[in-house]
Amino acid sequence: MIEASLKDLAAALRAGTLSSVELTTLFLDRIDALNPSLNAFITVDRDGALTAARAADARIAAGTAGPLTGIPLAHKDVFCTEGVRTTCASKMLAEFISPYDAHVVSQLKAAGAVMLGKTNMDEFAMGSSNENTHFGPAKNPWDTGRVPGGSSGGSAVAVAARMAPMATGTDTGGSVRQPAALTGVTGIKPTYGVVSRYGMIAYASSLDQGGAFGRSAEDCALLLSAMAGFDARDSTSVERETEDYTRDLGKPLAGLRIGLPKEFFAEGMDDDVRTAIDAALDQYRQLGATTVEVSLPNAKLAIPAYYVIAPAEASSNLSRFDGVRYGHRAPEYTDLADMYSKSRAQGFGAEVKRRILVGTYVLSHGYYDAYYLQAQKLRRLIAEDFIAAFTQCDVIAGPTSPTVAWPIGEKSDDPVQMYLQDIYTIAVNLAGLPGLSLPCGTGANDLPVGLQLIGNYFDEARLLNVAHGFQQATDWHQRMPAVG
Amino acid sequence: MSRPDWEVVIGLEIHAQLNTASKIFSGATTAFGAEANAQASAVDIALPGVLPVLNKGAVERAIRFGLAIGAQVAQKSVFARKNYFYPDLPKGYQISQFELPVVVGGQITVRVGEGDTAYDKTITLTRAHLEEDAGKSLHEDFHGMSGIDLNRAGTPLLEIVSEPDMRSSAEAVAYARALHTLVRWIDICDGNMQEGSFRCDANVSVRRPGAELGTRREIKNLNSFRFLQQAIDYEIQWQIERIEDGGRVEQATVLFDPDSGETRMMRSKEDAHDYRYFPDPDLLPVVISDEWIARTRAALPELPEAMRARFEADWGLSAYDAITLTSSRDAATYFEAAVAAAGDTLAKPCANWIMGELAARLNKAERDITDSPVSPAQLAALVGRIADGTISNNAGKKVFDALWNEAGSAVDAIIEAQGLKQMNDSGALEAIVDEVLAANAKSVEEFRAGKEKALNALVGQVMKASRGKANPTQVNEVLRSKLGG
Repeated sequence: MIEASLKDLAAALRAGTLSSVELTTLFLDRIDALNPSLNAFITVDRDGALTAARAADARIAAGTAGPLTGIPLAHKDVFCTEGVRTTCASKMLAEFISPYDAHVVSQLKAAGAVMLGKTNMDEFAMGSSNENTHFGPAKNPWDTGRVPGGSSGGSAVAVAARMAPMATGTDTGGSVRQPAALTGVTGIKPTYGVVSRYGMIAYASSLDQGGAFGRSAEDCALLLSAMAGFDARDSTSVERETEDYTRDLGKPLAGLRIGLPKEFFAEGMDDDVRTAIDAALDQYRQLGATTVEVSLPNAKLAIPAYYVIAPAEASSNLSRFDGVRYGHRAPEYTDLADMYSKSRAQGFGAEVKRRILVGTYVLSHGYYDAYYLQAQKLRRLIAEDFIAAFTQCDVIAGPTSPTVAWPIGEKSDDPVQMYLQDIYTIAVNLAGLPGLSLPCGTGANDLPVGLQLIGNYFDEARLLNVAHGFQQATDWHQRMPAVG
Repeated sequence: MSRPDWEVVIGLEIHAQLNTASKIFSGATTAFGAEANAQASAVDIALPGVLPVLNKGAVERAIRFGLAIGAQVAQKSVFARKNYFYPDLPKGYQISQFELPVVVGGQITVRVGEGDTAYDKTITLTRAHLEEDAGKSLHEDFHGMSGIDLNRAGTPLLEIVSEPDMRSSAEAVAYARALHTLVRWIDICDGNMQEGSFRCDANVSVRRPGAELGTRREIKNLNSFRFLQQAIDYEIQWQIERIEDGGRVEQATVLFDPDSGETRMMRSKEDAHDYRYFPDPDLLPVVISDEWIARTRAALPELPEAMRARFEADWGLSAYDAITLTSSRDAATYFEAAVAAAGDTLAKPCANWIMGELAARLNKAERDITDSPVSPAQLAALVGRIADGTISNNAGKKVFDALWNEAGSAVDAIIEAQGLKQMNDSGALEAIVDEVLAANAKSVEEFRAGKEKALNALVGQVMKASRGKANPTQVNEVLRSKLGG
């Protein structure tokens, strides 16, 4: 049952061969068994999940169920959940209980999905390894000595280890796609503005976008359909018709033009990753697609631009965590300034502090033009590169990550090495485009390799079908790590 | 106060609270006076994950203001974050505008002073931008700690920045008053200064005439015109004395203490914040279409300056009368309604009655002209009866009394009931005059001897004998003719 697709689960629930309570219990028990070694979840809400499962069963019985009704799910702990603590994996919010649900959370509640709990992540979504967390690192189920990627590491692990059939994540510079690649699951970050950011604790507002993890593109399409949609509470939410992202699934891939950015295939990628990516591209050619070389000349500037813009926004976004109204407050202080500095010094981890400092610096008087404005100009150039490339191709493909999962601790003392992990994913956020990662093979030590597909604006349905077509012809997405 | 050897340079920043029903970035109400934090929504207290949504009504009001001062309304306007830490600033930044405000430029002409020395002065505005207000820190009653009330957090403000065009506290006050009138006139702000709906910051510097601008000090948060005047005058004096004593004025932010009448330093330039402004990524740029501007312009009422000019040109009012009657839209509306009923030729007596008797009564009763017991139509009828000689001016006051005390009564009915009609029958008047002349031989003699004052005594006697109904002008005429004058 833990292997079943969302579609099959929904069918079984509707047929009455399985109840949501049974299904939910199955996954809760699996979490109990695996979480001590994988640390994918920060909070498990057994009672809440069973209550929601009973309600889902009633709804199924009443014949008013939707495609996700009764199916368990995990939320990244960056989404506010009413009554269940929302920590952002930070000491700052270790005890924080939100009085409201994020838009994504209420959408999925309305769809009848059953929340199992909240998943581990890099603190405030800052990181690429899920090591920057107050609650201890999440472990890669393919090798628990290795990182699962980040920042949405816990959600990726939960899906990879079948602790949840689907999970939400957020992607600011690759935080859905990269952990999906490193754990062998499928993950999509839609076009900026497709998923409401209301109730999603902000890291870098102009880049943050909610996304979906599933074991297949089809599962991601179902989950994303329930997450997406206009929300008046988020001014950057795009006002358009709600979409069924499964609508293109099954369309043949013959004639599809796949753009291969020459910059992505130059240096920097590990050989084992390159071998797996090349094989995946051959598979696409066999499916009738053609490949064409495209160029993203400014993509190499994505990391420096990102590490100006994201910290700048973060330094301001995280100012609200001041110990005044909620969150960690230092137990002892002498005056207001001391309360601020002690509370924040104690509440934030090292990487968060580093980014706040960088962000504060680049926004400072006299530096703003040199850093922030320049970075915004680069951002526009990067987006223009993509727009030009899409005149030659339908989707862009390349590696999601330059390496497979690495040992825990290997890069944690070298922030620049860590930042380079997102070299292929960050440009997509800067341009606001949709991106997806799907498992496409294995590299060294039998570890998963992810293929990244990048679509044009609002082309999620096509992107998902391109991944689906591959998954219809291969079984990389069905491989399961030997855990438990 | 004024020293010819020093020139004063003043610029004002005025925060006008916009009268939207809800806050600028949340749906919480802006009503004043609720229990602490009862009107602070999730967005206002900056819970994790919440986002701002712009209240279009605030933008609409800013556009209205821009059009009213002949400014340029930006086609694209951007909100920026102003970053600093303070307990009553929940997000750790204020959403304001920096590079692209809604309103750029504009000007307003104000009348400075009264009487013969009064003059018109045109003041140029730099910009007006939208921003959110902060909450309040309460430093009493918390046993050494501070309380935070976030009801006000997120209230929309229009910050109106002038050029340093003013040269005296009188000009600054005249400008502040004119803006105060204008924002209420175009219905974007209730102007309630006690509640903080209209607050002034004054940038003051002094220089030798013709010299470069001196270093300015900013006086924060003046919430009455009197304090504005006092604070500026004190500051001017302080700066001149300091320089004359060989010292220097350092850039600083100061507070005015109304009890001592002095300004005192709040923070020096060294303590100034680096606000790290940058465009707020949670809000899209505001696009203001020509159509939106045109629609707003069409809905704008006639403005005080235009109305004042019209009152002077069409109805021959003095500048003083015109300014007084356009000091609020309600007063002007009342006046126009009265003139419409009384006729153009009676505009001046209508103005006199409104500025005189009516204003005094309203003031005494602490009532607004909008709930005056005497309607414009009643006032017009009263003015009409005085003008056509039916009643005397004195009798008019009695009629006004009756109108004030008994809402809805008719002027003619009051005149009838109180017997206030002037005696216009010349036969009856002549008989009375004859009687009075016969009984006051002494006065008659004195008048004939050239003592003009004696006539007044005789007029008084006739008025008394007629029980006030005689028309004084007519009495004068009859007396003079009978006395052979």
